[in-house]
Amino acid sequence: MGLSATDYIAALPEIVLLGAICVLLVAAVFLRETRDAVLHYGSLLTIAVMAIITGFLLRDHQMIAWHGNFIQDGMGDVLLLFCYAITGAVLVYSRPYLKERGLLSGEFYVLMLMALLGAMVLIQAYSMLVLYLGVELLAISMYALVALSRDDGTASEAAMKFFVLGAISAGALLFGMSWIYGLSGTLNIGVLSAQLVGSSGTSIGLWVGLGFVILAMAFELGAVPFHMWLPDVYEGAPSSMVAFIGSVPKIAAFAFFMRLLVEGLGPLHDIWMWLLTAMAVGSLTIGAIVAIAQPNIKRMLAYSTINHAGFILLGILAGNALGYRAAMFYTLAYVIMFVGAFGVIILMSRSGFEADMLDDFKGLNERSPWYAFVMLMMMLSMAGIPPFIGFFAKLEVIRAVLDVNMTWLAVYAVIMAVIAAFYYLRIVKLMYFDHAEDKQPAIKAPADLRLLLSVNGLAVLGLGLFPGGLLALCGIVFGI
Amino acid sequence: MLSPGEIIYQALFYLFAGAAVLAGLRMILTRNPVYSALFLVLAFVNVALLWVQMGAEFLGIILVLVYVGAVMVLFLFVVMMLDINLATLRQGVTRYAPLGLVVAGLIIAEIVWAVWGHFLGVGNTPQTAASALSNTRELGTEIYTHYLYAFEVAAAILVLGIVAAIALTLRWRPATKHQNPGQQMRVKADERRIRLVDLKAGKKGEES
Repeated sequence: MGLSATDYIAALPEIVLLGAICVLLVAAVFLRETRDAVLHYGSLLTIAVMAIITGFLLRDHQMIAWHGNFIQDGMGDVLLLFCYAITGAVLVYSRPYLKERGLLSGEFYVLMLMALLGAMVLIQAYSMLVLYLGVELLAISMYALVALSRDDGTASEAAMKFFVLGAISAGALLFGMSWIYGLSGTLNIGVLSAQLVGSSGTSIGLWVGLGFVILAMAFELGAVPFHMWLPDVYEGAPSSMVAFIGSVPKIAAFAFFMRLLVEGLGPLHDIWMWLLTAMAVGSLTIGAIVAIAQPNIKRMLAYSTINHAGFILLGILAGNALGYRAAMFYTLAYVIMFVGAFGVIILMSRSGFEADMLDDFKGLNERSPWYAFVMLMMMLSMAGIPPFIGFFAKLEVIRAVLDVNMTWLAVYAVIMAVIAAFYYLRIVKLMYFDHAEDKQPAIKAPADLRLLLSVNGLAVLGLGLFPGGLLALCGIVFGI
Repeated sequence: MLSPGEIIYQALFYLFAGAAVLAGLRMILTRNPVYSALFLVLAFVNVALLWVQMGAEFLGIILVLVYVGAVMVLFLFVVMMLDINLATLRQGVTRYAPLGLVVAGLIIAEIVWAVWGHFLGVGNTPQTAASALSNTRELGTEIYTHYLYAFEVAAAILVLGIVAAIALTLRWRPATKHQNPGQQMRVKADERRIRLVDLKAGKKGEES
């Protein structure tokens, strides 16, 4: 009846994080001069401690704890480690940016860590109740992060749109889950799956539930038909918040798909595969074509995210271990590229100036050859050009789709990737072959930001040259 | 044939359920937002009565205490304090009505289709618990054992809600009139906060 020590040990990273959040919350109230430094390094230390704990807990078999509400498995642990790394990177990138804008408050760190906690809960959830709570914890932190710069009209507008659409999708999620619960009588993912295998035929009610749940998942991932919030939120929110919103929640969204759709509703693969196919085709198309017309790089990257969401869906809809491995690899590759690209945008911004228009990138090579090269690597990688990691991610996904004999879908995805390559290459052209219209001052940034951004850029190249390790890691967790 | 007890039970069920549905309809259809909020309260009370009828007294009481007693009263205050312009609220009804009707029709069709069919296909509908169990006690046991993890996450969401709400609304602008409790507490009684001025009695109009 009660809980044993193994339950607590399995959830130790979450417990440490929640404890640290409470400590930092109180510290933010009482500290004065040292506040920023204590919160910053305290958050990074917490993340490091959690990474060590997760490293110790790493195992290749799954363990279900907390009375079936919590699962610890290889996929979850790898995703957690990436969430830690990305959150840490975003914290380092955003510090000077937020300081210049007077947004570096105690709440920022608390909200970031709460969002991370939400992502962790979602990744390790094994019941629909906990999945929903994880989604809410993540979403509420993100609404507040977007709205944190209160005097900015566009940020408030973005937060409002984000909040309304998020509330609708949360409602759809609950509605769908209640249908599934009503028909199966269980919240537990494993029991649900076993029941679906046992039952003959599927009822209409289950389809209704499935449809609503998938709509909510589309919102989390930023896939068509719930993609409308992405461009507005990316444009309106401060760049450092976007660097977070576009990365860690996407890892969590991938886990959301895997837990509920694959592990829970896996027996219904024949039905949801077609829904996902429609979503993937829509995302690929809108992400590739609408982005061309965007003069704002943050909006452009928003459509790029939609395009990438389409590729991630391709891997999931394949419905076998090869496809899941490809989707996971794609998700991880995407977040590394995305955070790097926003790192460069943050680096180029300074007080009173957001480097968010395409024209701001004109002649970047003359001012800062190295960071122009980092941006070049991110863009080529996103476009899917070898030898960068993005190429192997696309290759794996398309291979998985071909493997299940959906050749037309693979061909379509490649065509859309070629169209999307146009707008990535346009950035490269602006940086290398154009000249800045007016004299821009040299880029100034603290050493830790420069170092981490360089590492981030080299990771895209290094993982592209040697994709075997990460690919093998993604394979092990799905048993291949 | 139903026994008299069952007939009363069913009659009460249809009374409460019908009242809840009517209150829900009136809540949407009435034009005055204050009445809307009050009809929502009525709907909540009726649903609470249904729960009590099903043997979930604790949930019924909690629904009345939390939703009717706290949330809705707060909501009523907000509605009364905001100056809601009814004309702008009603604007665009004709524009959005067709889409709304289509969506509503679809959802109703889906529900009717699913419920009408063969009462939902797989699984069983949950049974009401045996009356010997104290449902307050059972709820407590469940929450603090089986659902402890979810319970703690929900607590984290509440903390987050407070932090987010304060971060977004608390601001110190120079023009706002607010108390400074610290300063108020530091005032000493022996400091002359009140100055007593002796006024000489004099005739009207004369300088004192």
